[in-house]
Amino acid sequence: MLKYTVKRVLLAVVTVFIIAAVTFFAMNAIPGGPFSKEKAPDPAVQAALEARFNLDKPVGQQFIIYLGNLARGDFGISLKTGREISQIIGEKFAVSAKLGGMAAGFAIVFGLILGSVAALCRNKWPDRLIIFLTTLFVSVPSFILATILLLVFALTLKWVGVFNANSPSYVLPVISLMLYPMSYITRLTKSSMLDVLGQDYIRTARAKGVRDSFVIFKHALRNALIPVITYVGPMIAGILTGSMVVETVFTIGGLGTEFVRSINNQDYPLIMATTIFLAVLMVVATLISDLVYKLVDPKITFD
Amino acid sequence: MSTPLLQVKNLCTSFNVDSGEVRAVNGISFNLDKGKVLGIVGESGSGKSVTAYSIMRILVEPGKITGGQILFNGEDIVQYSNKQMREFRGKRVSIIFQDPMTSLNPVYTIGNQLREAILLHTDRNREQANARALEMLQLVGVNEPEKRLKQYPYELSGGMRQRVMIAMALACEPDILIADEPTTALDVTIQAQILELMQELQKKMGMAIIMITHDLGVIADMCDEIIVMYAGRICERGTADEIFYNPRHEYTKGLLRSIPRLDTNHARLIPIAGSPVDLTNMPKGCAFASRCDECMKICLTELPEELDINDFHKASCWMNVKQVYDEAAREKEAENK
Repeated sequence: MLKYTVKRVLLAVVTVFIIAAVTFFAMNAIPGGPFSKEKAPDPAVQAALEARFNLDKPVGQQFIIYLGNLARGDFGISLKTGREISQIIGEKFAVSAKLGGMAAGFAIVFGLILGSVAALCRNKWPDRLIIFLTTLFVSVPSFILATILLLVFALTLKWVGVFNANSPSYVLPVISLMLYPMSYITRLTKSSMLDVLGQDYIRTARAKGVRDSFVIFKHALRNALIPVITYVGPMIAGILTGSMVVETVFTIGGLGTEFVRSINNQDYPLIMATTIFLAVLMVVATLISDLVYKLVDPKITFD
Repeated sequence: MSTPLLQVKNLCTSFNVDSGEVRAVNGISFNLDKGKVLGIVGESGSGKSVTAYSIMRILVEPGKITGGQILFNGEDIVQYSNKQMREFRGKRVSIIFQDPMTSLNPVYTIGNQLREAILLHTDRNREQANARALEMLQLVGVNEPEKRLKQYPYELSGGMRQRVMIAMALACEPDILIADEPTTALDVTIQAQILELMQELQKKMGMAIIMITHDLGVIADMCDEIIVMYAGRICERGTADEIFYNPRHEYTKGLLRSIPRLDTNHARLIPIAGSPVDLTNMPKGCAFASRCDECMKICLTELPEELDINDFHKASCWMNVKQVYDEAAREKEAENK
């Protein structure tokens, strides 16, 4: 298992390096730069700025300089605000992770419960209702859903406050963030549960005289979880890093918003840092979900 | 005579599907006495397994017992509540299934799955349950039983897994063991071992066995009584000797002809022509009529009643009635002469 983990970590480093390289060169291929504006500054000032951030050198050389800094743990400073990038990411990620963590947690719990319920009440009304709603949540884009939620619950019914920095109300953002993954998990759990419930070992368990709830939660659910884990790993990574759409609708300054802003500003170091951060998070989440497999399915071996 | 351990009376089990009601079991009755071995034979779809699942009441939707009684020690288990049924399953009657490769839960250890039934049905604590599990594994001839307890099903061979299934089924000393084609999925040498093991355990523990199979050869020397099923009905029943040497139903004769034999040099086996009847649309007369070489007019319109051939043998075939008439006619002719 240790050998496997080490191998996976080394592979992850390669993956992240490739992502970084592709991003770096693609970013530089876009016309313009962080200091080119509609109202051009004095050419001398611009040249000085570009020299300060090594932007006057060939792209290949810039990349090597960047990697050198990175190796020393230096993400650089934002070209727009001049703040330390590690500080920006830390601050914004804290917001996104809090929101995303709650959303991911609820999505998993409710997804598993609803999926199991739908499987057990197959073709009866709870199943039909759950499948109708989850189909709806999977297909309606999140900005529409988030806007509707905001309109109905915050503005018309006034049940919850609108999110602001002084009194952050996480209810609506969490709901709009969790509905899609929850619905997806529900549908995955249902189909995988139905598959498992038809298996011979479920019949064996019932023939032993095991009570129905135990048949479901001990014998069926653990087997049904296996395909769900594949989805949950990357889902958590995605949701933790924040959704630009949901953050924008609720005016929450998270990592998602920051990432999009950095691209608009062509803030090269910030784009690089956010991309690498997201990539690392994604790779780690995938690795963890692969390791979790082992806990659930003893058949999986790592060598 | 005391009441039989298990009495099945006019049992009907149906599956309601879109194309209609599939009458998988259509009014069958039989008794099973303590410590006896009953064989149920028939081809796929004849209702053997459904009969077994009905007795355990582990039918899944849309299967349902639609009529009849299943009396265990005189009590009708069809009327049992779910809770009573849970106590019945695994303790009074246990079942082992056809495919040992899929009948054990892949994510739990052998020990865990063996302990589960023991903890459910006996007062043993965890430690005692473990000891019992170990004892059962030894009893069914699993090598290195301590190690096996900690292993997962995928680490065991098919024959081993079937032994584990048997150990699990017998751990709470049930009165009846139902074996639903226990050897079909195993290769021939392992088949023989498993059958031998079951016979040995039956002698040791004294439970009754219902042995379900499509292979007459499997149950030849094991069963006290054999029931031959076709299309959800019993077409012939009797002792093994009667069924093998004096078959009185055309279907049984067909089954016997299709067993591979070593002592004759038939180049090919003789199959039963045609295919099983459509259970949603059962014929009015004998279900086997359309495939029967000896089919008469009456077979198409009237259901044959079960007729006593002798004290140990009953069959439901118009041929037997005809035979009685023919004999009577011959006797009359002889008298006239």
